[in-house]
Amino acid sequence: MSEDPEIVMGLYVPPHPHPLLAPDQNEGWGRLRDAFDVCRQRIEESDADLILIYSTTWPSIVGHQIQAHPKPVFTHVDDDFHFLGSMPYEFSMDTEYANEFRDACEARGLQSRTVSYDGFPIDTGSVVALKLLNPDNRIPACIVSSNVYSNRAEQIVLGKAARDAMSKLGRKAVVVVVASLSNRMFTEYIDPSEDRIHSPKDDEWNRKILEFFSDGRLEDISQLSREIQGQVRVSKVVAYKPAWWMASTMGQHNNYDGEVLAYEALHGAGGAVIQLTPSAGSIGDKEFDEDDVEYYHGDRDVLGKGAI
Amino acid sequence: MKATGPSGRFSLDWSVSRVMAKGEIVLGCLAPHPPHVVYAENPEQNEPFAEGGWEALRWGYHRLARKLKTIDYDCIVTLTPHWQTYVGTHFLGLERFQNISVDPIFPNLFRFHHDIKVDVELSELMCEEAAEAGIVTKMMRNPDFRVDYGTIVSCHMMNPDWDKPVVTISSNRSTHYYSNEVMNDQATALGEAVLKAIEKSGKKVVLVASHSLSHRHFVTEAPLPEDMSREHIYNHSQYVWDMKAIDMMRKGEMRELIDILPEMIEQTMAEAEGGGLTWMMAAMGMPDYPAEIYGYQSVIGTGNAIAAWDPNETTREIVL
Repeated sequence: MSEDPEIVMGLYVPPHPHPLLAPDQNEGWGRLRDAFDVCRQRIEESDADLILIYSTTWPSIVGHQIQAHPKPVFTHVDDDFHFLGSMPYEFSMDTEYANEFRDACEARGLQSRTVSYDGFPIDTGSVVALKLLNPDNRIPACIVSSNVYSNRAEQIVLGKAARDAMSKLGRKAVVVVVASLSNRMFTEYIDPSEDRIHSPKDDEWNRKILEFFSDGRLEDISQLSREIQGQVRVSKVVAYKPAWWMASTMGQHNNYDGEVLAYEALHGAGGAVIQLTPSAGSIGDKEFDEDDVEYYHGDRDVLGKGAI
Repeated sequence: MKATGPSGRFSLDWSVSRVMAKGEIVLGCLAPHPPHVVYAENPEQNEPFAEGGWEALRWGYHRLARKLKTIDYDCIVTLTPHWQTYVGTHFLGLERFQNISVDPIFPNLFRFHHDIKVDVELSELMCEEAAEAGIVTKMMRNPDFRVDYGTIVSCHMMNPDWDKPVVTISSNRSTHYYSNEVMNDQATALGEAVLKAIEKSGKKVVLVASHSLSHRHFVTEAPLPEDMSREHIYNHSQYVWDMKAIDMMRKGEMRELIDILPEMIEQTMAEAEGGGLTWMMAAMGMPDYPAEIYGYQSVIGTGNAIAAWDPNETTREIVL
């Protein structure tokens, strides 16, 4: 639909507040913080002019919501980890991009709207990412929600709409996905020093996913999303969506240089800081037959067909 | 009290024994929290303006609010699925929360300035009793914490004067981590612990399970959200399940309803998955008397019933 945008890099970062609020309480949390800091520096050294965040901790229902407040200011507190402290923030948002992204969504059949309200509750994952990756608001940002009902087709189209808007405005973007790998936390309080991945199975799957990321095989991870959801994701939502969106936004192929900067436990969940940089080479041994969707046609009204 | 003193002579010992009356649950309410109903009311605390809408629910809430005015109670205790915790069950632990609550899903409808007073003493007692029962618990003491909009909507519609303190209990996501059946078991244990705390407190408490029944939303919204020509249940199977649940409430079959709740959650994405109804029914001893039904209406496709369980037979009514 449009020319390829310039994606400077993609980052996959965890949503938990520990690297921001308590990096000293656990060596692993500290290593995640260090990895965030490396990414921050790399962003500063790049010529990116947009940070686009897809956050799995911002659920939406009415389509896809896009943060458009030019300067959201608030103090956020996490629902679970409120005892770690508060997260005051003041961010700088790219309102022009947000509006263009919304229009691009609508042009591809998606329900979408911008939100621009004082006091709007920006989610923990987005707050952590922006405070650590862009602490001085050097680069304007934008955040898009994760619709609770959306599945693969919708996510793929959402990513393409993000690209359309980047191309139209000529933005050079850092694409950030905020998500855990395995997302099962311990259901009781633990001594921070004893944090570990919840189970060997979760750990094994995480390491397999990280192997793919290291090889730059983003499209392969995207195509394995349903398997990943079944193996290491608790059923909070219908699918493991972040890889679909990340691949669709960055480009649905395996031509990336991948680097896993850190992989640690966050109260049992798998937290990783990963960088993908577009490159020329490709690796992979998989070919898939799932359709590459360009336009979202909405529900197929299966429930209403043939109903008595 | 008569006693024999050291001298062996008869004496009087004037000790005073203070016996506090046992606390009790004076009403339990199923009180759904779509922000649409507050939006449609146009209270001064809410920024957006509406032309009305969802009257079947709002008028039901008005009737319930009038009943509450006739009841002597000290506190409203709410379990809300919009304070979602994965590590244990949490309780509000500060006396006052003043802030603006902006709904993350419907910010166009709900931007509510609130000043909430909390019964911290009762909250702590509940937390202690729950911990005693083996439930992982946490008191929430961060002054910057924002009280969830589920609490605010349900409490505002039931008590728009905000003249009673509240306690909010988080929704542990045991459905996500385990199963609907485990949620039922854990919420039952929490309800029984909360009852013990209420009895120890000597207070009269209104319980609120803040949630819908069926909970599948439309993913589009009418240009005018209060356009009631656009409002209907998401699909017929959701409606049939909702009616089944309401019928069982009318018949006082709450044990039976809680038993089939896992199936209803599976079939309708019912918001009871957060544990509210099970918790409240367990605290009230699984009522076998009829619930008072105040209203039923869909909101953006979800099924919402307002119901109350009045343990006092003399004040229990047939409302609808």
